[in-house]
Amino acid sequence: MTTEEQIAIRRAEPWREELRKSVKAKDRSNMERVRMNELDAARRSHTNEEVNAGLTLGQARKEAQRCLDCAKPACMEGCPVSINIPTFIKYVEAGEILEAAKVLKETSSLPAVCGRVCPQEKQCEARCIHLKMKKEAVAIGYLERFAADYERTSGHVFIPEPDRPNGVKIAVAGSGPAGLSFAGAMAKSGYRVTVFEALHEIGGVLKYGIPEFRLPNEIVDVEIDVLKRMGVTFLTNCIIGKTITYEDLRNDGFRGIFVASGAGLPNFMNIPGENLTGVMSSNEYLTRVNLMDAASPESDTPVLTGKKVAVIGGGNTAMDSVRTALRLGAERSMLVYRRSAEEMPARMEEVKHAREEGVEFLTLYNPLAYIGDAQGRVKQMRLQKMALGQADASGRRRPVPVEGAIETIEADEVIVSIGVSPNPLIPSAFRGLDVSKRGTVVVNESTMQSSLCDVYAGGDIVRGGATVILAMGDGRRAAAAMHERLKIINRQ
Amino acid sequence: MNKIVSKEYFSAHVVKLEVEAPLIARSRKAGHFVIVKTGEKGERIPLTIAGADLEKGTITLVIQAVGGSSRKICALRVGDEITDLAGPLGRATHIEKAGTVVCAGGGVGVAPLMPIVEALHQAGNRVIAVLAARSKELVILEEQMRLHSDEVIVMTDDGSYGRKGLVTDGVESVINREKVDLCVTIGPAIMMKFVSALTKKYAIPTVASLNTIMVDGTGMCGACRVTVGGKIKFVCVDGPEFDAHQVDFDEMLMRLGAYRDIEKK
Ligand SMILES: Cc1cc2nc3c(=O)[nH]c(=O)nc-3n(C[C@H](O)[C@H](O)[C@H](O)COP(=O)(O)OP(=O)(O)OC[C@H]3O[C@@H](n4cnc5c(N)ncnc54)[C@H](O)[C@@H]3O)c2cc1C
Ligand SMILES: Cc1cc2nc3c(=O)[nH]c(=O)nc-3n(C[C@H](O)[C@H](O)[C@H](O)COP(=O)(O)OP(=O)(O)OC[C@H]3O[C@@H](n4cnc5c(N)ncnc54)[C@H](O)[C@@H]3O)c2cc1C
Ligand code: FES
Repeated sequence: MTTEEQIAIRRAEPWREELRKSVKAKDRSNMERVRMNELDAARRSHTNEEVNAGLTLGQARKEAQRCLDCAKPACMEGCPVSINIPTFIKYVEAGEILEAAKVLKETSSLPAVCGRVCPQEKQCEARCIHLKMKKEAVAIGYLERFAADYERTSGHVFIPEPDRPNGVKIAVAGSGPAGLSFAGAMAKSGYRVTVFEALHEIGGVLKYGIPEFRLPNEIVDVEIDVLKRMGVTFLTNCIIGKTITYEDLRNDGFRGIFVASGAGLPNFMNIPGENLTGVMSSNEYLTRVNLMDAASPESDTPVLTGKKVAVIGGGNTAMDSVRTALRLGAERSMLVYRRSAEEMPARMEEVKHAREEGVEFLTLYNPLAYIGDAQGRVKQMRLQKMALGQADASGRRRPVPVEGAIETIEADEVIVSIGVSPNPLIPSAFRGLDVSKRGTVVVNESTMQSSLCDVYAGGDIVRGGATVILAMGDGRRAAAAMHERLKIINRQ
Repeated sequence: MNKIVSKEYFSAHVVKLEVEAPLIARSRKAGHFVIVKTGEKGERIPLTIAGADLEKGTITLVIQAVGGSSRKICALRVGDEITDLAGPLGRATHIEKAGTVVCAGGGVGVAPLMPIVEALHQAGNRVIAVLAARSKELVILEEQMRLHSDEVIVMTDDGSYGRKGLVTDGVESVINREKVDLCVTIGPAIMMKFVSALTKKYAIPTVASLNTIMVDGTGMCGACRVTVGGKIKFVCVDGPEFDAHQVDFDEMLMRLGAYRDIEKK
């Protein structure tokens, strides 16, 4: 059966036809898009509480009515893992929220996470039929989050029933979204899965990177708990390639290895003053605050809390850093970005929230150098004013320096957030593993298999810094392909 | 998990712990380090693996109490568990037969020097260890060093033991007396800076093991970055050992002070 046929069959179910007819399409289109309930900006900018409070059942069902239940749902094409969006939304409209959550879990392992962190405005919502009619897209992300949260708090968390255990041992290196989704899919197929994590916490970027005010740890922990209940073993403080080598894993009887070690290596700009104290990567800053809880008085780990904090970059990581700085008491929290606000890769919602909270946007500025005091602590930055020139390969207009327009601005803490490179630990430790010039693991795109036949890889270690949903999709794809391969081998 | 099986005081502030860590004992080599965290809200700090016992599945750590986290670890007792222990990290020391090697260790740098001295000696080098401390009570591992080297020279700042003088005086006395092919130095950054300046004068290739501030120890944060030969290097994945003559020690010293005001509180 083709995907189109599957979509059509579900759409033709009697309850759904009836629901579709119960409200006229025109009336559905004329409804206003729901507004997310959120904490007041003045209050939230000083606490770590989650900013978005979620929708109520009433709001969610009303928003679900806006969905026209299209015969050819373009939104699904916009979703990297092809969630059956109209089906789950119609279950929300019908008030069958647990059913809606089940539909999400057919193709997504982490809906409560993705509902919060996916760039929906560039993916599913960007393809919503309403946009063609100059209306706002259905709030698919909010609804996804609603259904997943509803399930999580209902006391009826769905634990997939694993197939009969087949005793085959599988190893996963890294416990971010790619590793977690792979582990879930393999456990479901009856494998004995062990996830090895280098850090002392499970969750990858979801724990050490994305702050509590955007993605509470509790949400990630529930997903991890589901995996544990499905029989997945987690081993923290274990660095594949160091504590245990590829050869050790093979000798210990692991028949397949999934590398999901992420893009942890922070990039710097290599400009003067970048090694002054008070200048650090966003990974360092966020790791101290999120993983090590450095802002709490009980924590042994220190973190510098500047009064005038500048964050360099325009992605989600930059946005998380600049908003964290506000919460740690910065008087001025500035975002320095070399293009204009429209070109920022960060999620639209984060940009909006940052503005509301009082982050200053220094767009069209590029740092040239940092200047320190006598103790070597940064005190100023020298910024080059930029202007937008011709479009570059990415289609965005290229920023060019405005001759002679250089400004000096006070900053006692600078957080560099200009991207990450693949974590080099595994690429350098697995002999025979094909690695690209950029340091990513080379894989077959449909199976995620690497040049070593028992090693698969996915997520940021394959893509460079990408997204949670893509990492998760890779994990599921790799699991399906590895399962196929092992089935064939076992038959022989 | 990571149970402490033995504990010994080398001096009032320097403790040797033997810790259960079978996987690390199996894979570690001279020059590797571990990240240690004690307590749920503990800090992750790097410590060199000073030795390992494959049969017992243990590794040895030698810790000097200099601040909050190192004191916490020094206070652990036999039977206690280290909450988190990860490794082995960093690149192993490149061991080869160079000829005559001077190994200059100061303070707690003597402990991480131990496995390197052992390996260099085994590789057939003539190894001369120069151990420096402020005074007699702070001299550690002298006996073990003697077992694995051809000569041990002890230097104390106050002359209470061995010869009076700085580590550099000891190293220079060897250079003046015989041909030295390689120098390895581990200790406080300021000490390594001066050893490096000295051997540069004599054009003796020198390796320094850098003890920068770290967080993850896996290349993820850049807290450990140093400038070597004009380029940024991450000590935890590119090091910890580097060509000492290329290291910007002044920058490293400045960066070590980053959290000094906060840590004092
Ligand atoms: C601050 C920040 C904010 C972000 N915001 C968003 C967002 O809003 N929306 C979005 O879609 N994406 C966002 N991203 C990107 C997204 O988080 C990543 O694309 C995604 O987490 C990649 O998943 P992964 O599983 O490949 O790797 P990671 O999540 O990076 O996990 C890799 C894990 O592997 C471990 N590891 C590494 N080496 C080894 C080894 N040798 N042995 C064992 N374990 C190892 C690491 O410690 C880590 O825990 C953000 C990223 C950051 C840093
Ligand atoms: C690769 C590596 C291997 C190491 N091996 C050992 C070892 O085997 N034994 C051992 O005792 N120590 C070792 N260290 C140093 C050890 O990690 C630090 O002493 C420890 O992190 C200090 O933490 P603290 O909380 O006790 O002190 P803090 O309160 O953080 O610091 C106390 C004082 O020491 C200074 N300081 C902080 N970190 C360092 C540092 N890395 N080096 C020098 N001074 C510092 C601070 O500026 C402050 O003045 C190693 C460091 C590295 C990077
Ligand atoms: S300690 Fe974080 S990169 Fe080296």
